[in-house]
Amino acid sequence: MRSLISILDLSVQEIDELIAVANDIIDNPKNYAEKCHGKKLATLFFEPSTRTRLSFEAAMYELGGNVLGFSEAQSSSAAKGESVADTVRTVSCYADIIAMRHPKEGAPLVASMNASVPIINAGDGGHNHPTQTLTDLLTIQREKGRLNNLTVGFCGDLKFGRTVHSLIEALSRYTGIKIILISPEELKLPSYVKQDVLQKHNIEYVQTTDLEAVMPELDILYMTRVQRERFFNEEDYLRLKDSYILTPEKLQTAKSDLAILHPLPRVNEIAVAIDADPRACYFRQVLNGKFVRMALILKLLEECV
Amino acid sequence: MKIDSIKNGIVIDHIKAGEGMKIYNFLNLDKQDCTVALIKNATSKQMERKDIIKVDCFIDLTALGYIDPNITINVIRDGELVEKYHPELPEKIVNVVRCKNPRCITTTEQELPHVFKLTDAGRQVYRCIYCETKAER
Ligand SMILES: [Zn+2]
Repeated sequence: MRSLISILDLSVQEIDELIAVANDIIDNPKNYAEKCHGKKLATLFFEPSTRTRLSFEAAMYELGGNVLGFSEAQSSSAAKGESVADTVRTVSCYADIIAMRHPKEGAPLVASMNASVPIINAGDGGHNHPTQTLTDLLTIQREKGRLNNLTVGFCGDLKFGRTVHSLIEALSRYTGIKIILISPEELKLPSYVKQDVLQKHNIEYVQTTDLEAVMPELDILYMTRVQRERFFNEEDYLRLKDSYILTPEKLQTAKSDLAILHPLPRVNEIAVAIDADPRACYFRQVLNGKFVRMALILKLLEECV
Repeated sequence: MKIDSIKNGIVIDHIKAGEGMKIYNFLNLDKQDCTVALIKNATSKQMERKDIIKVDCFIDLTALGYIDPNITINVIRDGELVEKYHPELPEKIVNVVRCKNPRCITTTEQELPHVFKLTDAGRQVYRCIYCETKAER
């Protein structure tokens, strides 16, 4: 029995297999409609995340399975002080697989050590969110046809953005990857990620504060939100925020086959005018999230033969 | 200063001067029934000053490498030195260091063991298995 706690729990080969299955689901959804008939997914969301929960639930329904669970801690036994270990031991009796979101880092790992069914980490605080990374990888693969030989720009909050750290970690295992880090000084990629990931894997990378200057180079542009509360003062925020908002003008020098990704929700960092541009992938990315979760559920339930 | 020599037990040598008490506590030597001697500020050819601990029985030393891999462990049997080695960096340490990350699951679930794994032997980095925060020495 296996669980998915961190994206690094999966080998590159396993990720490639999941992407292949997800692509097959997209092409032949009927073949998968009954694959999980009679199986139950429990969504244990100790903090609300409607977007992620709906994606998991839709994925299970499209596999012919059923869903049970809770969407916030108040409606669970955690509100009465039950430990994560006891909760998942109990839920293991009712469900065949568990998707768990928790505000505390490491809670899904504790769950996987105590459950008798597979655990999928659906986000543990600011730590891991491996199904978001799988979603990003599937999207890049579908848009570009490959996961190697890519110049990938990450723009916005690179300091606190866990989706950024985890995607950089996943991409650094492929060949011919060049990373361009675009952010204000205050929100630069932490040095431990540079040291433990980029330098360790000899990944070529550039740091800049200027999105427009690097735009022509990019194959992928991964946008993230720059949040007001990340700045010490309002002045700095107001001075910087517009530099990291993607507008049609800034896209003028971009490649015609650029793929723009965003983990969503978006606030204002991508102008709505860009939504109609064929290079905007973020809504297709949401759909990919459901398909890759379907592939993952199949893999962990070993139904994928 | 004369200390009775050990018959069957261990001598933990080359402890950094001043660290002896820390290791004494870490190994829970106050709970041992056998003879234990803590020698502070002994003169040493290699390190000027050092601490030494003598224990007249055999005890579990697995996590000692985390505290200081440069310590020397001498194993004595029937009054003879039979083995001399430096402790290895343990792969895993349990309830030796506490995780200081306020967002870690160990802060809300008190009964969880605090487990750190060796993630970088070269730089002697240990990380919390739950949240990956680096252990602070
Ligand atoms: Zn921790």
